[in-house]
Amino acid sequence: MREHIVSPKIYYTIFIALTVLTVVTWSVAKLDLGKMNAVVAMTIAVIKATLVVLYFMHVRYSSRLTWVFVGAGFFWLAIMVALTLSDYMTRGWLTIAQ
Amino acid sequence: MAESHITTHAGLAHHFDDIEQQREAGTLGMWAFLVTEVMFFGGLFLAYILYRSKYPVEFAVASNSLNVTMGFINTLVLICSSLTMALAVYCSQIGKRRPLIVFLLLTMALGTTFLVIKGVEYHEKFVEHHIPVRFPTYEFKWEGHATEGVPVHGESSASVDSGRIEMFFFIYFAMTGVHALHMIIGLGILTTLVLMARRGRFTPEYHSPVELSGLYWHFVDIVWIFLFPLLYLVGAHLH
Repeated sequence: MREHIVSPKIYYTIFIALTVLTVVTWSVAKLDLGKMNAVVAMTIAVIKATLVVLYFMHVRYSSRLTWVFVGAGFFWLAIMVALTLSDYMTRGWLTIAQ
Repeated sequence: MAESHITTHAGLAHHFDDIEQQREAGTLGMWAFLVTEVMFFGGLFLAYILYRSKYPVEFAVASNSLNVTMGFINTLVLICSSLTMALAVYCSQIGKRRPLIVFLLLTMALGTTFLVIKGVEYHEKFVEHHIPVRFPTYEFKWEGHATEGVPVHGESSASVDSGRIEMFFFIYFAMTGVHALHMIIGLGILTTLVLMARRGRFTPEYHSPVELSGLYWHFVDIVWIFLFPLLYLVGAHLH
């Protein structure tokens, strides 16, 4: 697969998007949205991380095999978090005879 | 490749068919390493999630004692450094040596700025006795801080437990410390790249070291993208 050269224009666009999102996440955090604060903060962080992975790290232009490697990493991370939380969050749901 | 004749590059290792195959193998290898890094930081993030869900009040109050302005500036500094790194990779791809060196040095300067600001923050925390250690001469102390009496989702800070606050700082120093260590290693890698670039080691055909170091640098940036809201912004609405 030939190397794809990403033009600086795209880098500048992504840079501006990342800066704007950083300002947004900072401003929104000052508002009291209850539980939504964490949801908004994480949504913005995931969008920023995705932009970095796809454009700065060239994954968008990389081979399918690279996609599999990247996807596997985050998939296994999701397994670790989901299975651990399914344990911690459900403790105390059932009373176990001592 | 369009060329029918066989071209050999100085950077091509003998066990690869051509430079394209070598580049693809390098990218996959780097990603395999970055996946292990995802899992490494993932464990720390998991610890954070569990303790924050257990002690939401203390995490918000302790987070509020961090210097959000410095954290914010550092986030922008890292995003700038990611841009200069991406541009360095671009210069190496089109074979412009001078701009490549300039962008690598700029990236190093921004990385150093980040570490200096982080150092100032650590010093602040040291003075406030917020480093979670217990020595005869220095120990962790929590004295209400600025949020005294501010209700957090219906609960008053009078019920704040200093042991739980200490847990936040333990996680804060573990995560930012390991992140800073990655930055320091990154600066070492960039120094090597500058030296290699000065010797003219990179060409449009062969510049994998720049490309792969770029992946590492951007990964460290991504970790901070998550650390900033998780550590600094949890209690930002308290003021």
